[in-house]
Amino acid sequence: MSTLQQPAAGATTPATVTEATTTQRDPRDRSTRASRQRRAGKPVDGRKVKRSGLLTAVMVVFVVYSFAPLFYLLVNSTKTQASLLSTFGLWFGGDFNLWQNIVDTVTYNDGIFMQWLGNTLLYVVVGAGGATLLATVAGYGMAKFQFPGRRAVFAVVLGAIAVPGTALAVPTFLLFSQVGLTNTPWSIILPSLISPFGMYLIWTYAIDAIPTELIEAARMDGAGEFRIFFTIALKLLTPGVVTVLLFAVVATWNNYFLPLIMLSDPKWYPLTVGLNQWNAQATGSGAQPIYNLVVTGSLLTIIPIVVAFLFLQRFWQSGLAAGSVKA
Amino acid sequence: MSTLAARPAEAASASRPTARRPKPRGRYTGWLFVGPFVVVLVAMLIIPIGYALWLSLFRDQLIGGNQFVWFANYAKLFQDAAFWQGFGRVGLFLLVQVPIMLGLALVAALSLDSARLWGTGFFRIAVFLPYAVPGVVAALIWGFIYGNQFGLTGAANDLLGIDLLQPFSPTWVLTSIGNVVTWEFLGYNMLIFYAALRVVPTELYEAAELDGAGPMRTVFSIKLPALRGPMVIATIFSIIGSFQLFNEPNLLKTLAPNVIGSSFTPNMYAYSLSFSGQQFNYSATVAIVMGVITAVIAYVVQVRGTRQENR
Repeated sequence: MSTLQQPAAGATTPATVTEATTTQRDPRDRSTRASRQRRAGKPVDGRKVKRSGLLTAVMVVFVVYSFAPLFYLLVNSTKTQASLLSTFGLWFGGDFNLWQNIVDTVTYNDGIFMQWLGNTLLYVVVGAGGATLLATVAGYGMAKFQFPGRRAVFAVVLGAIAVPGTALAVPTFLLFSQVGLTNTPWSIILPSLISPFGMYLIWTYAIDAIPTELIEAARMDGAGEFRIFFTIALKLLTPGVVTVLLFAVVATWNNYFLPLIMLSDPKWYPLTVGLNQWNAQATGSGAQPIYNLVVTGSLLTIIPIVVAFLFLQRFWQSGLAAGSVKA
Repeated sequence: MSTLAARPAEAASASRPTARRPKPRGRYTGWLFVGPFVVVLVAMLIIPIGYALWLSLFRDQLIGGNQFVWFANYAKLFQDAAFWQGFGRVGLFLLVQVPIMLGLALVAALSLDSARLWGTGFFRIAVFLPYAVPGVVAALIWGFIYGNQFGLTGAANDLLGIDLLQPFSPTWVLTSIGNVVTWEFLGYNMLIFYAALRVVPTELYEAAELDGAGPMRTVFSIKLPALRGPMVIATIFSIIGSFQLFNEPNLLKTLAPNVIGSSFTPNMYAYSLSFSGQQFNYSATVAIVMGVITAVIAYVVQVRGTRQENR
C-alpha cells in the first residue's frame, strides 16, 4: 500500500493540492489546469491509461449516427432531381451535379435563396449580436454592482429562463399584430434580443473572471465605468461572450417557429422557413418538386454555422464548461 | 459606500479601499448596465405574457362580439379532447425519448472522459456537430431518409422484400420524430455532461484509486454524483423541449399528412388555432396552460434534484 502511495504523492503536481485548498478564482484557468493534468495520465501510480478498443468502438457508433444524415445530405446534393429518385441514397450516383445544383439553388425564382440568406444574416447579426451585447453588459452589471432592485432582476431572470421561447411566440405574435409589427424584420429581431440564459452565464462567469480589485484600480486611475467595461472587462469575458454569441447565433439561425408565424411575405423569410416552403411545393395541386434544390439549399444553410462552431471551438468549449458547472 | 460594503453578496468589496475616488459611483450605476436588458426583457417577455393572459379571458363571438368571459376558455380547454390527446402524446414522448437521449449522452460523455479513447477531440466535436444543424434542416434530411421516394427505408424495404420499416405509420411516427430530436440534441447534452466531468477534482480520483476502486466503481461513486446538477439542467431543458415540440412534427407533417394532424402536439394546436382558425383567445389559453404546466414540472424536477443533492 505504501509503495502505491509514495509515487502517488510524487506524480501529482503541487497544483492539485493548492487547487483543493484555495478557492478557484478563474474557471478557465481551473479547467485547463485540470485537463492538462488528466491528459498527463490520470492514474496516480504513473501508469499510462490503457486505451480501450471497446469504448472507441462505442464512440464510433455515435459518430456514424451523427454523420450519416450529413453524409446523406452531401451525397444527394450532388445529384440531379432525376437521379435523386433513381439512385441509392447513401452513395453517389448519376452525374456529378453539385455545382449546377448550387447555381440553380441561388438563382431559382430570381435568387430568392440569396434574399433568404441575407434576411437570415440580418436577423443573426442584429438579433443574436444585440442579444449578446445586452446579456454581456447586464451580466457584468449584475456581477460587479450593487443596486436597488438587483434581487428583483435576479428573480425575473431565473423565471425567464424557465419560460420556453416557443410558448412566447404565439403571445408575441398576438401583441405584434396589434401594433402592426408582424411581417416586418422587427418581428423577428425584437424577440431574438432577449437571452436570459446568456445573461445568467455571463453573470456567473464575470464573478470569477474579473477581479474586483482590477476594477477598483482602474477607478482609482480615473477611468469611467463604461471605459472600464469596454477596455478591461470585455477582454476577460471573451470566452463567455463567444459562448453566448455562438448559442445566440445558432438559436437565431435555426429559428423556425417565430418567423413562421410572424411573416407572411416570402421576401422576409429566413432560410429555414424558405426551405420548408420549397419542400412543401412538391405536394398539393400543381406540385413542382424541386427536391434537389431543397437538399442543396439545406447543405448551404448548415455550412456557415458548422464552420463557425469548428473555428471557435477553443472559446465556446471553455465557456460552456464554466457555465454548466455553475448552473 | 458603507451600505455597499455591508452587503454580504459582494464579498470582495470588503477589501475595497475606502480612500477617495475620483469618480464616485452612485447607487444606481449598476442600472446603466442592467437597464437596457431589463427594458427588452419586460417588453418581449412580460408584456406578451400579460397580453396573452388578458386575451385568454375574452371570447370573440359571432353574436355579441368580443366578450369578457372570465375563465370560460380555460374550462373549455380542460374538456378539449384534441388538446389532451396532444398533451398525452408529448408526455409519452417525454417519458421515452428523454431518458434514451440523456442515457446515450451519458454513455458518450463517460467514454470521452475515460481517457481510454483514440482521438477524444475528434469524437467530441463530431458527435456535437448535429446540434449546429437547424431543426428544420434536420427534420428535412431525416424526412428524406424516412421517405419512400429517394430515402433509405424504401431501399431497405426493397432489399428485405417486405415493408418492414414504416416511419410514417401511426405506430412509428412518434419514434421517427424522437429519433430526429435525439440526433439533434445528443451531442449537446453529451458536451454538458463532459464539461462537468472535466472539472471533478483530480484528488477524488486519486483517493478512489488508493481505496482500490475500479473504473466502474469510480463511475458510480464519483462521476455520476458529480453529474447530478448538469443532469437536472439537461432534464429541465429536455422537458421544455418535449412539451414545446413543434418544428419536427410540423415539418414531417408534409410527408405524413394523414398521421400527423393539426393538433398532434399542443404547440401545433395553438398554431393552427391562431392561423387556420383565427381563434386567438383560445390559442393564447393553450399557450398559457402549456407554459404553466412546463414551468411547474421543471420546477418540481429542480427542487427534487437539488434536494437529493443535499441528502
